[in-house]
Amino acid sequence: MTVARRYLAPVAVIVLLLGLWEVAAQWDWIANALNLQDFLVPAPSDIATSLWEDRSLLLDDTWVTLREVLLGFLCALAAGLAFAIVLHLSDTLRRAFYPLLVASQTIPPVAIAPILVVWFGFGLGPKVLLIALVCFFPVTVNTLDGLRSVDPQLITMMRTLGASRGQILGRVELPSALPFFFSGTKIAIAVAVIGAVFAEWAGASSGLGHQILIASSNLLTARMFAAITLLSVMAIVLFALVSLIERRVITWDSRGVTRA
Amino acid sequence: MLTRLREGTPDAAREGRAGEGSANAAGATVRIEAVAQSFGDLRAIERIDLEADAGEVVGLVGPSGCGKTTLLELMAGLREPDSGTIAVGERTEPSERLDRCAYMPQRDLLLPWLSALDNAALALRVAGTPRREARDRAGEHFERLGLAGFEAVRPDELSGGMRQRVAFLRTLMAGRPVLLLDEPFASLDAITRAEMQSWLAGVLGPDRHTVLLVTHDVEEALYLSDRVVVLSSRPAMVADRIEIPAPRWADRAGAVTSPQFAELKQRALRSLAEGSR
Repeated sequence: MTVARRYLAPVAVIVLLLGLWEVAAQWDWIANALNLQDFLVPAPSDIATSLWEDRSLLLDDTWVTLREVLLGFLCALAAGLAFAIVLHLSDTLRRAFYPLLVASQTIPPVAIAPILVVWFGFGLGPKVLLIALVCFFPVTVNTLDGLRSVDPQLITMMRTLGASRGQILGRVELPSALPFFFSGTKIAIAVAVIGAVFAEWAGASSGLGHQILIASSNLLTARMFAAITLLSVMAIVLFALVSLIERRVITWDSRGVTRA
Repeated sequence: MLTRLREGTPDAAREGRAGEGSANAAGATVRIEAVAQSFGDLRAIERIDLEADAGEVVGLVGPSGCGKTTLLELMAGLREPDSGTIAVGERTEPSERLDRCAYMPQRDLLLPWLSALDNAALALRVAGTPRREARDRAGEHFERLGLAGFEAVRPDELSGGMRQRVAFLRTLMAGRPVLLLDEPFASLDAITRAEMQSWLAGVLGPDRHTVLLVTHDVEEALYLSDRVVVLSSRPAMVADRIEIPAPRWADRAGAVTSPQFAELKQRALRSLAEGSR
């Protein structure tokens, strides 16, 4: 199937939905149905206009949010990978920390965001921390699962070749855990953007999440949608980048290595 | 460099020591005395005495599930028997046995992210040899093992027979005096298996390794070995020992259809049947 034909159907659906929205908004169908003032329901063309006219404002906010997302995400990646390796190497530590790791994931990030602001203020720190917290879990758990699902016979084989524990980790376990690590990373990058919005809502002076709040209180709905659009584009582009790196790194058929 | 020069001369090959990464390491004796092994209530091995001289190929045949793989793992020092002693090159400590045995498991277990050459060179890399030297040394054997031209190919693009060759070379490159081959061709179709048996006979011919070849294929054992030990079903005991009068047959098709071979095969199959009762 050619590239054009592969993308034809999804693009057609998106164009169709945008078209319907445009028509419904322009003719005030939505506003009337919801019993609203018509300026509260922007059409896609209004959002595009806002994107263009507020571009310098929105671009500044985009950079702020992107920086938070990347910093938090990269911190979580490093910490998650290191933590997964430590838990993999020590049964005791794994048994001790695994329940805590799962429990930590049940705390909603919306709830911790204000606490982080109280403790660490309005700067970059609490945002990066919150994003790192939401990214940490998928990276750690997936990588740990990957490390633990290596075929035990491969490890025996390495032992008979005289490999040390560290060599088994570096030459067999880490490479075969890579596909798992990337699955976790893809989930993490998607939730990182959501985490950034929560963090900015709890207290910030710039960023796309902050911009949504400001626009909302001024009833600038087109600008709200413009910020949401940029957040969504950011998440999609970052996800695509991670997928691209994954395809560059994992060039082998990764199904054969792990235990069935 | 010194190692490679020494490998070149026959005298050096005879002196070859374990652990130095020479693929031509001279064989060592394997001596198993009164070994028994249980797993919980399951008696896997009743009592086995077994001996392989340096440079000898000993085939181990037995019904499936009779503890052949366990026996290899015991020899390799991957586990310790409940009772009895195992000596490889006069050494009985498990870690010292592990240093002297190269174990080729049933499945090829090639690492899919490495090329055939890097898979073959894995033991050298683990031993700390720099990548280029490790590749050079493993690459020297590709021609002889019928792998020339496949150096850069990843395992998932290799046929089953080629994968087994790479796995064998990886085992060989560990430079251990004793090779433990655990049903190396069990996963191959009959035609490829016959081909690989001729291939292995050709490879082992000039080689000086002590080889223990586990198989459930009587023909394979008789064709490749100097001596065949028939094991009974679980708990495993030695049911028969068959000396092959003319070891290392030249061509496989001629060998396996000769009357002498048929006689040996009949004896082995009878022993196997009696041992399975």
